[in-house]
Amino acid sequence: MTAPAYNFAYLDEQTKRMIRRAILKAIAVPGYQVPFASREMPMPYGWGTGGVQVTASILGQKDVLKVIDQGADDTTNAVSIRQFFEKTAGVETTTETLAATVIQTRHRIPETTLQGHQVLVYQVPIPEPLRFLEPRETETRKMHALAEYGLMHVKLYEDIARHGHIATTYAYPVLVAGRYVMDPSPTPKFDNPKMDDCAALQLFGAGREKRIYAIPPHTKVVSLDFEDHPFEVTRFDRPCALCGAQGSYLDEVVMDDRGARMFVCSDTDFCESRQENGHRGPLNQEAAE
Amino acid sequence: MYVAVKGGERAIAAAHGLLAEKRRGDTEVPELAVEQIDGQLSLAVDRVMSEGSLYDRRLAALAIKQARGDLIEAIFLLRAFRTTLPRFGASGPLDTGAMRVRRRISATYKDLPGGQVLGPTFDYTHRLLDFTLEAEGDVPPARTAPVSEGMMPRVADIIGGDDLIERNPPENPSRPIADLTREPIAFPADRDLRLQNLARGDEGFLLALGYSTQRGYGRTHPFVGEIRMGEVDVELFVEELGFAVPLGEITLTECQMVNQFAGSKTEPARFTRGYGLSFGHCERRAMSMSLVDRSLRADEFGEERKGPAQDEEFVLSHSDNVQATGFVEHLKLPHYVDFQAELALLRQMRQDLAQSTPAQEAAE
Repeated sequence: MTAPAYNFAYLDEQTKRMIRRAILKAIAVPGYQVPFASREMPMPYGWGTGGVQVTASILGQKDVLKVIDQGADDTTNAVSIRQFFEKTAGVETTTETLAATVIQTRHRIPETTLQGHQVLVYQVPIPEPLRFLEPRETETRKMHALAEYGLMHVKLYEDIARHGHIATTYAYPVLVAGRYVMDPSPTPKFDNPKMDDCAALQLFGAGREKRIYAIPPHTKVVSLDFEDHPFEVTRFDRPCALCGAQGSYLDEVVMDDRGARMFVCSDTDFCESRQENGHRGPLNQEAAE
Repeated sequence: MYVAVKGGERAIAAAHGLLAEKRRGDTEVPELAVEQIDGQLSLAVDRVMSEGSLYDRRLAALAIKQARGDLIEAIFLLRAFRTTLPRFGASGPLDTGAMRVRRRISATYKDLPGGQVLGPTFDYTHRLLDFTLEAEGDVPPARTAPVSEGMMPRVADIIGGDDLIERNPPENPSRPIADLTREPIAFPADRDLRLQNLARGDEGFLLALGYSTQRGYGRTHPFVGEIRMGEVDVELFVEELGFAVPLGEITLTECQMVNQFAGSKTEPARFTRGYGLSFGHCERRAMSMSLVDRSLRADEFGEERKGPAQDEEFVLSHSDNVQATGFVEHLKLPHYVDFQAELALLRQMRQDLAQSTPAQEAAE
């Protein structure tokens, strides 16, 4: 099997046109889930086929692609998807957030503020924010049509009543442009504020569920909350052990079987560029010399 | 000192190397040929073609070899290949009445034109391990009756001749047939779309659902009107030529289930139909499909929907094993970002409790 047997970026042009039409509709109706005829891809459903189809449809020969999973460029599935596009599209790839024109992501939004020339493509497993409240698509589509979102507020309220907190820490629902409640994909709620008024175009692809949705640049995105229980992001009470960053999202790394832990930036490009600029965290002091 | 793992690319390449080695197995043993899989594991090939939605024995056999015998993985390989193929047209409807039948049985009539033809079947074999198969040996040629050139009408057509079974809706050329590979499924779904979904659905899923209807979760009182298996011609109508061109023949298994009658004060009672069709010789899946097809028609006959097999959104959304296996198995991808968010909340909730509990005790 050799790559030249396939079209640029794998998908045939007809399929790309179909997906682009869905993307345009999604941009025109921010937060609305547009059904599209998702194709079988040569990687499994649930492993980013929606994001891959969106990326394949918008990628041009001059684009520079970055792929991250859990914020990192070197996680196995990110490596696999990046290699897929290197092979089928031959585009330049990068790990530098600001050097990329298209960033495909799973579970994170980069720490570096995105710019107007960039597109962020999210891989989405379950696009329907109401799915775990109402399993039927026939019902949830009606609820969206009528902006009938009471059930979601009841769920968040029950969380507070039971746990004292809104117990949703990722895939935290947002209201887009004052109309549609949207699932931001399973990004931690830490990343939710980055979606609001973002300069970059944000596209969401769900391959198995056959849905595409979008947040156009500079759109109002509000995390659902209550006046007396306002939305709060997860905060870490320590800096990154490697680059010393305060206020970045941290991964917990288990050091031994006696409870030792270290916390490092989940965004590997952010962390490495800080270290290159001389920033050091508490566990990285000797390396500075 | 923690060093960020940079080995992703090398680890993947090494894992794929191991996979190739495991697939080959002991090199002292001759390698399995694609022809052997096609010829000797032919029912596996039939299943992979059916659920892979692609009639190509050789590619299906290759997929089974590449997948180390994991049939769902093989189905996935075939689907991912199929989706890249250009569509240049759709065949005309297949005439299973003109099938060159190798097996045909009916449970509704003792004898009928064309007779009962058992063909190559596991039915009535005693399931005793045949240890002689461990050694290589020739199989004596099987004795078969001469193929009767006479007619072998479909049982459903025989019952239909007496107007005792619901009539099939007439062909409607102005209404295109649904295709879930080109348009996402929307609910409620019509029967054509449901049948397409079931035809590529997971055999185990269909079997369990069909079984559930027999145990009371949406009972439909089925009789096997007929199961027939054999070869059918495929023809393509070519616009430029103005006539249909034969493309070749494919092997099919068709099951027509005759079910509980329906009627009203104005409409005479008739039996109802459940339909199953598959590539190759896949009797179990054709039968299961016909049970589920009939169950999904509950609304049409004013039946109360109370079993999972009658719930079209449930059935059609979960029948595809390529989708199901992908999503179930994606759980092994890294989730540490989300897990960290849960850990942070869990620790905070425990801290809140620890801080509030001593205060309460002091107050008491």
